[in-house]
Amino acid sequence: MVEGINNFLGWEPDAWVGFVLTALIQVMILNVVLAGGALVFIWMERKISGRIQDRLGPTRVGGKFGWLQTLADGLKLLTKEDITPGEADPSLFKLAPYISLTASFATLLALPFANGWVGQEVNVALFFILAVLGLEVFGVILAGYASGSKWSLFGGMREAAQVVSYEVPVGLCAVIPVMICGTMNLVTIGNMQAGFFTNWLIFHDPFTFVVFWVYFTCAIASVNRAPFDLAEAESELVAGFHTEYSGLRWSLFFMAEYGSMFVVSGLASILFFGGWNGPIPVTHILSSVDANTLGWGDGSWAPFWTYLANAIGCINFILKAVLGVTVMIWVRWTLPRLRIDQVITTCWKYCVPLAAICFVGVMAWQAFQIPSGNDLPLPYQPIRAEVRETWAESTSSIGNAEQPTAEPADQVASVIIGEGV
Amino acid sequence: MNLLAAVNWHSVLFMLFALLACVFALAVVFSQNVVRMAFYLVLSLASTAGLFMLAGAEFVGAMQIMIYVGGTLVLLVFGVMLTAQSTFVSMKTSAPEWLLAALVGGSLLYVLFLAAFGTSDWTTARKDQQTVSVAESKAAAPIGLGLLGIRVDSLSQPNETLKAGQSGYLLAFEIVSVHLLVVLIGAAYLARTKRRRQEWET
Repeated sequence: MVEGINNFLGWEPDAWVGFVLTALIQVMILNVVLAGGALVFIWMERKISGRIQDRLGPTRVGGKFGWLQTLADGLKLLTKEDITPGEADPSLFKLAPYISLTASFATLLALPFANGWVGQEVNVALFFILAVLGLEVFGVILAGYASGSKWSLFGGMREAAQVVSYEVPVGLCAVIPVMICGTMNLVTIGNMQAGFFTNWLIFHDPFTFVVFWVYFTCAIASVNRAPFDLAEAESELVAGFHTEYSGLRWSLFFMAEYGSMFVVSGLASILFFGGWNGPIPVTHILSSVDANTLGWGDGSWAPFWTYLANAIGCINFILKAVLGVTVMIWVRWTLPRLRIDQVITTCWKYCVPLAAICFVGVMAWQAFQIPSGNDLPLPYQPIRAEVRETWAESTSSIGNAEQPTAEPADQVASVIIGEGV
Repeated sequence: MNLLAAVNWHSVLFMLFALLACVFALAVVFSQNVVRMAFYLVLSLASTAGLFMLAGAEFVGAMQIMIYVGGTLVLLVFGVMLTAQSTFVSMKTSAPEWLLAALVGGSLLYVLFLAAFGTSDWTTARKDQQTVSVAESKAAAPIGLGLLGIRVDSLSQPNETLKAGQSGYLLAFEIVSVHLLVVLIGAAYLARTKRRRQEWET
């Protein structure tokens, strides 16, 4: 892309202009995903909650279905007065919404939308996303503290306790696909599940099927949505951490919330639902078509087919992520809010043990090589067996100090490193 | 435009993140509000994570965010909960405390400088290490293998005795894991509700 832009503008292939423009374009696209996503999700939330409560939801603004309701809401929020309470710590109070939004936005940097369509392909993308997503709560805690209001402080502290607890099961659940695929690179994990829908990791074995639901529950809790939205429980805490906020700053918290809903749903779709691979491998066939099979000549169409496959894959991915968000909205308007002790109980007494059992189960499934539901191209399978044998050898010969046992391990290690991870 | 082409952007970004880390570290020292201190600490540690990412060590960078920045978050919560007698507590540092802190910090900084500028590999830049491309940054696999007992960075060690000594960090890793588990169980034990005791007394 850098070279393409530079060629277009008439610069040298590696001039700085291309890099800057590429970065700007990618950031703008991600911005559109976040802001446009929030617009659509808020409209969906209004419509779905309306239908669940036997109402119509917005019907007037922008035509029949109230398409432009969110835009009208946004304009209203823009015109509201931006108030800082006298009791507040002004600079932290003003900064807090931006921290939440930045954390939510920064995760999109490493989230792939299709094969290779990612802001920055990070080797440890999954870990990076989980780490940065955990920072969103920082803005909430700061908002709760800096507002100088007891409602806000209660909300912030609840959020802190909740998020610190739920990071444990989310991490345990996310480790399981990593264990199966042998990498934390989300692009590789997505590409491994190419083929029919039976290749999706949720169908790998019964444990991954269970662990997806645990992941989804914990993801709802970690993005602070009902029934886990204790930080803003309006029946007891007025509005929790954002009691004192108004206007645009208030809406920034919600853009962050909808952004991270999209991110955790997207993560679920990559980890368990094949990411950008559709249920039937149409795009896979498309990208493997070259012009010669169709007899169209010189093969100059191959990049186009790859591009088309990626575009369809991107639509696939966004559809799956939006479906996840829809389920979150559905859950929010169906279940009542939990008490704080129930939230913590759900985490430590149900989600963590379930995730741990599934972790051990998937590990056993892999170790005993039980045939699994999907047919993944696992590049590390023979190497893993070698690693195990090496370990068995080295542990059995511990008493015999003369025998050098490091060598086979070294070879295996160099093979793994050479193959790339 | 030649000037712009001549700039080493890697160095510019390094300077930027290093400057941010230092400025916010100083802000931690000179701030008096606990929460602001924690906030500046988070920014300083996050800038350090940026330095790691810039060096191509993405795993270490993500670890930095997860452990240090996330840990500071917990520190913040407990700092507020355990120390705040009134809202927005501010800490005044007395002169002897400043002196002691300057002494300890200064001597530690001196040792650090001595180590950093004493290593000849670190003072002279190697031509082939000025940029790190994304494809080369396979930081996670060697670290993971090292924790499992296979040190890939010492594969070419010719000395057999030295090589036997560089056999990975499995023991240290296990000790740390068990230690953390003990701490977790201990914390749960300490924080449990003491209902039985109260019933006994009443």
